[in-house]
Amino acid sequence: MADALFWAGGGLAAAGALLALIGALGVLRFPDVYTRIHAASITDTGGATLMILGLCLISGLSLVTLKLVLVWVFIMLTSPAAANALANAAYSAGHTPWIGSFRIMQDNRKGGSR
Amino acid sequence: MIYLPGLLVALAALWFALSGETAPMFLALGALSVLVTLWLAARLRIIDRDASPYHRLVQLALYLVWLMGQIVKANIAVIAKVLGPRHAIDPALVRLKTSAKTDLGRALFANSITLTPGTVTVDIEGDLLVVHALVREAATVHSFSPMDRHAAKAADGGHAAKAAHGGKA
Repeated sequence: MADALFWAGGGLAAAGALLALIGALGVLRFPDVYTRIHAASITDTGGATLMILGLCLISGLSLVTLKLVLVWVFIMLTSPAAANALANAAYSAGHTPWIGSFRIMQDNRKGGSR
Repeated sequence: MIYLPGLLVALAALWFALSGETAPMFLALGALSVLVTLWLAARLRIIDRDASPYHRLVQLALYLVWLMGQIVKANIAVIAKVLGPRHAIDPALVRLKTSAKTDLGRALFANSITLTPGTVTVDIEGDLLVVHALVREAATVHSFSPMDRHAAKAADGGHAAKAAHGGKA
């Protein structure tokens, strides 16, 4: 039983790591700061949640579980604040987002409207 | 100041959950840190309804469960975009009105949008939110209205949200 929980937890943590990797890949692939924030939020939500869920299974029910849940709650509270600060800073600085299909925007970068 | 006891209990519970200590010296240090935090919060004048929404904990917890479902769906959609063809995304910037009447409700809605992959709240002007979305279809007023309704209900109470929403529609 404990062994099964360990492997299930390990699998979830590995899946979380994979989502974090996908988030990083999206940051590299997406064209501008706003779209890259969307990619990074996969790491913040899916990646972190799966990893903490996996660690909960591995640690078993104890005070550690409560601490992991608190860590998760604080991530869920603070990561949108950080993402919003980033997006708002870019927007306030007058950084125009790429609007419309990415392929079209490659030919017409300044065509986006605020 | 009726929110002071709520903050006191929350801070004490948080301290105990993080430390797990029961020795008298640690308890005294914990009490001291809780009191210092209360004093700082009082000095900042942030002990009010919006900063201590303990009377709505159940509704907010239910909302969190609903939001997690949305986040799972949005994660899958954005992962597909990351791994998909390079020109498959269609970013859009939209303005939408929130039906939430309190700062807490608006902050909850705006942060829920940001937390959900694929949409980010860029700016907020009164009850108007500027939202950037990875795909245009995900950023219509219609697609945000369930989240707006749920967030307003969780933060402001069902009655206020219903009236505001019904009035708009």
